[in-house]
Amino acid sequence: MTVLFVILPLAIIMAGVALGAFFWAVHRGQFDDLDTPRYRMLFDDVDSERRQ
Amino acid sequence: MTLTADLVRPSIPAEPVACAHCGLAVPDALIQLEAEHQFCCTGCEAVFQTLHACGLDNYYRLRDLGDSTFQPAHPTNESFLSFDTEAFYKLYVQPKNDGALSVDLTLEGVTCAACVWLLERLPRVLPGIIDARLSLREATVRLTWDPQQIKLSRIAQSLDKLGYTPHAARSELGREAHRKEARKRLIHVGVAGAIMGNVMLLALALYAGSFGNMDVQYRMFFRWISAGLAMISLCWPGATFFRSAWTAIRMRTTNLDVPIALALAVGGVAGFVNVVLNRGEIYFDSLCVLIFLLLVGRFIQYRQQRWADDAVGLLFNLTPRSCQRVEDGQVVDIPAEALVPGDIVQVRAGDLFPADGIVLSGKSSINMAMLTGESMPAPIAPGSPVHAGAQNIGSVVRFTVQSVGGATRIGKLMRLVEDGIREKPAVVQFADRVGKWFVVAITVVAIATFAFWSRISLPLAIDHTVALLIVTCPCVLGLATPLTIAIAIGRLARRDILVKNGVALEQLSRGGTLLLDKTGTLTEGKLRVLNWYGSQSARALAARAEQNSNHPVGRALAHLAQESPANDQPLSDIVERGDGGLSARIGQSLLHIGSPAFTRRNGVDISCSLQANIKESESTQCTTVVVAIDRIAVAIAALGDALRSDSPSAVDRLRQLNFAPEILSGDAAPVVSNIAKQVQVEPERAHGGMMPEQKLRHVQQHGGKPVVMVGDGVNDAAALAAADVGIAVHGGAEASLAAADVYIARPGLAPVVELVQVSRKAMHVIHRNLIISLSYNLLAGALAVGGWMTPMIAAILMPVSSATVLGLSVLSIGGFVRLRKAVQS
Repeated sequence: MTVLFVILPLAIIMAGVALGAFFWAVHRGQFDDLDTPRYRMLFDDVDSERRQ
Repeated sequence: MTLTADLVRPSIPAEPVACAHCGLAVPDALIQLEAEHQFCCTGCEAVFQTLHACGLDNYYRLRDLGDSTFQPAHPTNESFLSFDTEAFYKLYVQPKNDGALSVDLTLEGVTCAACVWLLERLPRVLPGIIDARLSLREATVRLTWDPQQIKLSRIAQSLDKLGYTPHAARSELGREAHRKEARKRLIHVGVAGAIMGNVMLLALALYAGSFGNMDVQYRMFFRWISAGLAMISLCWPGATFFRSAWTAIRMRTTNLDVPIALALAVGGVAGFVNVVLNRGEIYFDSLCVLIFLLLVGRFIQYRQQRWADDAVGLLFNLTPRSCQRVEDGQVVDIPAEALVPGDIVQVRAGDLFPADGIVLSGKSSINMAMLTGESMPAPIAPGSPVHAGAQNIGSVVRFTVQSVGGATRIGKLMRLVEDGIREKPAVVQFADRVGKWFVVAITVVAIATFAFWSRISLPLAIDHTVALLIVTCPCVLGLATPLTIAIAIGRLARRDILVKNGVALEQLSRGGTLLLDKTGTLTEGKLRVLNWYGSQSARALAARAEQNSNHPVGRALAHLAQESPANDQPLSDIVERGDGGLSARIGQSLLHIGSPAFTRRNGVDISCSLQANIKESESTQCTTVVVAIDRIAVAIAALGDALRSDSPSAVDRLRQLNFAPEILSGDAAPVVSNIAKQVQVEPERAHGGMMPEQKLRHVQQHGGKPVVMVGDGVNDAAALAAADVGIAVHGGAEASLAAADVYIARPGLAPVVELVQVSRKAMHVIHRNLIISLSYNLLAGALAVGGWMTPMIAAILMPVSSATVLGLSVLSIGGFVRLRKAVQS
């Protein structure tokens, strides 16, 4: 069970990395506007249909 | 594009036809049987044609995907030349590194997904635009363009043609500050959440271990790691509570954060000491859950409140910011901020005066209702003083600017508003009032617990007291209160009621004094024909004669056309005489319409009975108009500011909701008492002729707390700011928006009733949450005092109580929906 002494800090470091990614996303403004992007994804379909 | 055509092609002409652009019914007169598409107005038609010409018909398909409300398009067809001036560039435009420029423009009429699609396709339609990104929430588009290829005014014109009238966005600095604050809060929530998850996992292992045989080395290892993680959570996101509690203590008050901070501090220190000494219990999992849940509740309330605040801020932008300066005989569009005293400015009919000054040339009348509450337009001629914010309703005038910005009458009023906000005593929120009792009760019980157990053993006494302080922390209340307020604000926002300040809901639920402005709040704020004496057939005649008039009296008479028997005698030679009336020909006869003085000058004979009518009309402060055919008076019209049809019933409802209504108006006293009679307000509670300063004093010295003020004009702004709750109603001036706690984007008083009902409902939910939270605290406290509390019981009890309260709050959303349906029906 001594492996716990390695695995636990490792898990916490991984959580730290995930948090780091979260900070990066927040500072890049990914969460500033939660209303517009959900519509933006619809437009790709519309535009490609037009081209066909 | 067949899809749109199918959607809108009228199948049976007898049914109402939908406008191809906005979907509203097309008036019968505008239906063109031959045409493929029908439009409700020229604005919609212009936008439809523009979209079609640019190959952007997909707009209509996308629009039907979302749940949007459609509005008719109203292109202003302005030139937007002020957007190309140096002054505008200096204020709003940011240079990009490759010679391109970037600007944020706030747009009117942005409603749905289709708007996003349309606006972000701009670079394909207009060469020279490099990028366009729209933020739906802020209704602001960030444009990057190449100034070599296209002028900003040209882009603005195109936006306007599409129905999105552009305005320069609010200061980037303020929005950036809000964005930073929101990001900081989100990061706190994220950190607290991540740590909570990890500490809970470790706690689970520890609880499981306590039933079996866990090696001491692993136990200690787990405890040390939990302690380390919990310390991060306490010192980083949790610092919010310590700071707030410390501020409260320094101000010698308490708030809800004081008992929370106490629990966090005691739990953290005791747990850390226990880990170091390798003895006793640790409560790190409960502490981390507590921090996370409280931060989530606050984050949601912050977002909701920010949203309402932003929405009101958008309206700020919609006030005209450009004006026309006369330079060497030429008229140039410039931003109003660039004006200096001595400039000569041209003001068109319908525009607002951008500064204080003296009229140089031109004769017109101005509407000062926003500034003074006076509903009658005042005539101006060369030499008359004019004030910023007044509306020119006659014809084009030029005036010399004397003072701008803060030196104008409006600027001075705005300073009164700021003073009013500063001097307004802070309201102790319900949760903070409760927090005070929490602190007292918990301290007393903690001391008693410690005293009782210390007779048996000192370590035991410390353990039980620590457990008591942690489990009685008012977490449930701290989480549920902001959530309930956020839900209420969200519900109201969907009904066009924007609440900037959650405390307002609490105040409104209690009832109190309700001060109502008259012009624009109780009344329509526009001249209407209230009474018509004499020949009925003259009504339609007068309406047709005044059809093209710009004067408010003329507009009011023209309005009669819809409700009068048709009269199609041919009219010709309509001449506006400029001295209080007009003349026209009906076949061989001569028609005069105008003030009694005007008709008297023209030799009109007025019979005795009509003379009596004029007296009656003038005694109620109405504007009187005489209609004469062949110099013999045939009819008298009494014009005034008509009461809104829903005002009496709304005032009555508010009275039932514990409000004592009063009227405060800048208008003349007889007019005010007349309106007071109609809404059944006692004459001694109707105050007329109030200057803005008097309104402010009246609010400040009023005894009946809380004082709720409802108004729309700049003249109300200071009073709105000083009142316990200021409610600005539809069509309000910028100043009143800034000062008020609540902005209602619908006309009339009915939304005020709705607002009060929702706030009562919200406070009811909050009170119920308090009772549940107290019962949980009593149970947990009793267990702790008895010495039966363990970290595991705490870890089970807390989520259960939070879930109960949250579940009930969510159920009460259903309550709000029911209420909304009741109000709608």
